[in-house]
Amino acid sequence: MRIALFLTCLVDTVAPAAGRATVQLLERLGHEVVFPPGQTCCGQMHVNTGYPDEALPLVRRYVETFEPYEVVVAPSGSCVGSVRHQHAAVARSHGEDALAERAAAIAAKTYELSELLVDVLGVTDVGASYPHRVTYHPTCHSLRMLRVGDKPLQLLRAVRGIDLVELPGAEECCGFGGTFAVKNADTSTAMLADKMRSVLDTRAEICAAGDSSCLLHIGGGLSRLRTGVRTVHLAEILAAQEGVSRAAAGESHTAAGGSHTAAGGSRAAAGGASGPPPERRSASGGKS
Amino acid sequence: MTQTFLGLPRAVDTEHLRGQPFPVAARAAVADSQLRRNLGNATATIRAKRARVVGEVPDWEALRSAGAAIKDSVLANLDELLVQLESEVTRRGGTVHWARDAAEANAIVTSLVRATGAHEVVKVKSMATQEIGLNEALAAAGIAAWETDLAELIVQLGHDKPSHILVPAIHRNRAEIREIFLREMAAVGLPAPADLSDSPAALADAARRHLRRKFLDARVAISGANFAVASTGTLSVVESEGNGRMCITLPRTLISVMGIEKLVPTWADLEVFLQLLPRSSTGERMNPYTSMWSGAVEGQEFHLVLLDNGRTAVLSDPSGRAALRCIRCSACLNVCPVYERTGGHAYGSVYPGPIGAVLSPQLTGVAENPTLPFASSLCGACYDACPVAIDIPTMLVHLRSQAPHPAAERAVMRSVAYAMGSPRRWTAVLSASRAGRLLGGRRGRIRALPPPLSGWTASRDLPVPPAEGFRDWWTRTHGGPTTPSLPSPGPTGSDVAGPGASGQRRGGSGGARTGVDPAEAAGGSGPGGAGPAAAGAEGGGE
Repeated sequence: MRIALFLTCLVDTVAPAAGRATVQLLERLGHEVVFPPGQTCCGQMHVNTGYPDEALPLVRRYVETFEPYEVVVAPSGSCVGSVRHQHAAVARSHGEDALAERAAAIAAKTYELSELLVDVLGVTDVGASYPHRVTYHPTCHSLRMLRVGDKPLQLLRAVRGIDLVELPGAEECCGFGGTFAVKNADTSTAMLADKMRSVLDTRAEICAAGDSSCLLHIGGGLSRLRTGVRTVHLAEILAAQEGVSRAAAGESHTAAGGSHTAAGGSRAAAGGASGPPPERRSASGGKS
Repeated sequence: MTQTFLGLPRAVDTEHLRGQPFPVAARAAVADSQLRRNLGNATATIRAKRARVVGEVPDWEALRSAGAAIKDSVLANLDELLVQLESEVTRRGGTVHWARDAAEANAIVTSLVRATGAHEVVKVKSMATQEIGLNEALAAAGIAAWETDLAELIVQLGHDKPSHILVPAIHRNRAEIREIFLREMAAVGLPAPADLSDSPAALADAARRHLRRKFLDARVAISGANFAVASTGTLSVVESEGNGRMCITLPRTLISVMGIEKLVPTWADLEVFLQLLPRSSTGERMNPYTSMWSGAVEGQEFHLVLLDNGRTAVLSDPSGRAALRCIRCSACLNVCPVYERTGGHAYGSVYPGPIGAVLSPQLTGVAENPTLPFASSLCGACYDACPVAIDIPTMLVHLRSQAPHPAAERAVMRSVAYAMGSPRRWTAVLSASRAGRLLGGRRGRIRALPPPLSGWTASRDLPVPPAEGFRDWWTRTHGGPTTPSLPSPGPTGSDVAGPGASGQRRGGSGGARTGVDPAEAAGGSGPGGAGPAAAGAEGGGE
């Protein structure tokens, strides 16, 4: 499949590894990735900070840049959430009904990475190998704007060698919230403190998520406190083939079903992490 | 641009709907370890209870949709339904009063109480009377108002303010409540027993004895209303302690103050809300004490005060009116990660939490309450929990667009939008940002930045920009576009030159992997590309 990559401005500026990994992963799966250079930003920061007038040209830019493609993918639940739930509304509130219709059409073919892999490409075992202890933060907009459910966990559970552990209170916000992190720095930090406590409780070496923004926030706190825990984007784990030779990786990829069940034990608990009502998760999900 | 609505009545007395800026109040609140612990425990308990009882209703989502639809229909027909309510209440012996704002409502209630000759009243817990500051207005007229809801009693005796819509003393623990009872009860009525323990049963018993005397002495009661059925002029109060029923039935005069949005058309509509409300608020399957009355009963005088206080202004805003669906259940407060850490006082309004961050600025006007719409990380937990499906995050974003922006912030946001308005400018910014690598120390982490970004670096490191950005990597591995050098002087001029610019050229080496970019022509100078952003950046006006 020919897939256009919407990099997002944050990956463009400070987190290029997530973009590279997205490209490498999709190419390894046999797809063609296109990077339309006209892209800049979805405009979410402007919309959410109260600047819809400034966001309008960014919406238009997104529409014009990605309109020609069949499928668009972004390594961000939040930016796809903005494309899907804000773009048409921003256009319409400015009386641009035609643009709103085009934006809605493009939103329908714009996918977050785990959605693209599981729903569109129909794959959960992407042939990755990542021998690390990892906990996964599901991110608010992936959960509650996009409703990706447990798709990221389905993908992670199929990664060879991974020791995936459930994050307590996983569905609670990390406190980033865009400009909220600066405008309400104290409250944001209080939320971050609790998220970091949960991450550290898992004894994981890696905290993963599908959004570079949340990772920038959680990672910034973990780094400040010298916790020794790193943040890594979901795409980087799925692209990784640590300790696997090229040939072997290809082989295990085709033999998808069997290989990952062997490693299943420790992950069964993490599997429960994705049920919808957040309040009940803690009761049902066993800590690793 | 979004429309603004002027000229409709707003809440004139905003004293109970606004406080100090949220970030300032929140800074103190998050540092209060007792508060953090009390709130953490209480919200976690209520969240778990709610999740359990909501989870056992198979058609919960259908109920939510029905609740939203009924309320929307009420709001669309409010003019007719209010008149119907008035005539039905009047027909059944009640008297209906209309209050434009807090001052009018307080004046009406004060004169009604004065007419009875009473110097004290008992009160059922009511958000509307808190919103208008009725207790203070009555006190100024020499009338003592006694709160009879246990938590409201704790707040009143503690000379405190409510911090939660449903559980106003949620910020207090048992030990604190015991102290308040021992210290304060004697001065205003029956004292607490000297050997009072902090067990819930003992505390409730002390409150019950203290309140019993108030109920028996009172000649006037004041309530709010959870619902009013227009077809029969029936008011309803939903409560858990029985104090409401005592107030509604014992005194000779009952005065109810009700926001005009509390209507439902018929009793059948009530069925939906009496399922949604208890499960969402207290996490109970059914409400313990549901009182309903239609007009005045024999031997009792009944007055209904219908309160606008900014509600018609909210109603006139198509993007904001869904807030009037709110049934004050507090589910959004209990799931909010911001509320859980700051508590209700930080919001400075009698309506705290996510719905308060919407409703308070709506009622006062956003200019009067400019920080509340930003008191949210937009995580969306409130929307999921709301029993009438109010899209609180979207409404907060809408209110943010009406807030007055600081000049420096506006300049930055416009500059960023301008840079993002064209890939040439944007890639130039990316190149320039590499200079930020100099800020990182040995570990490649930025630890301190000047204000306002110091808000970030106060508690979080920032990675330095990468040595090789994505676009450089893409060019190196896939061919195609190269990162352009800094644009030539004249910001707009260089953009108009757009399509042929170096940023859009693709190299020949990429083969099939290098996507042809069909949007290239639109890249730099498309009709909407640089133009509007440039206009915005150059002060193109609102």
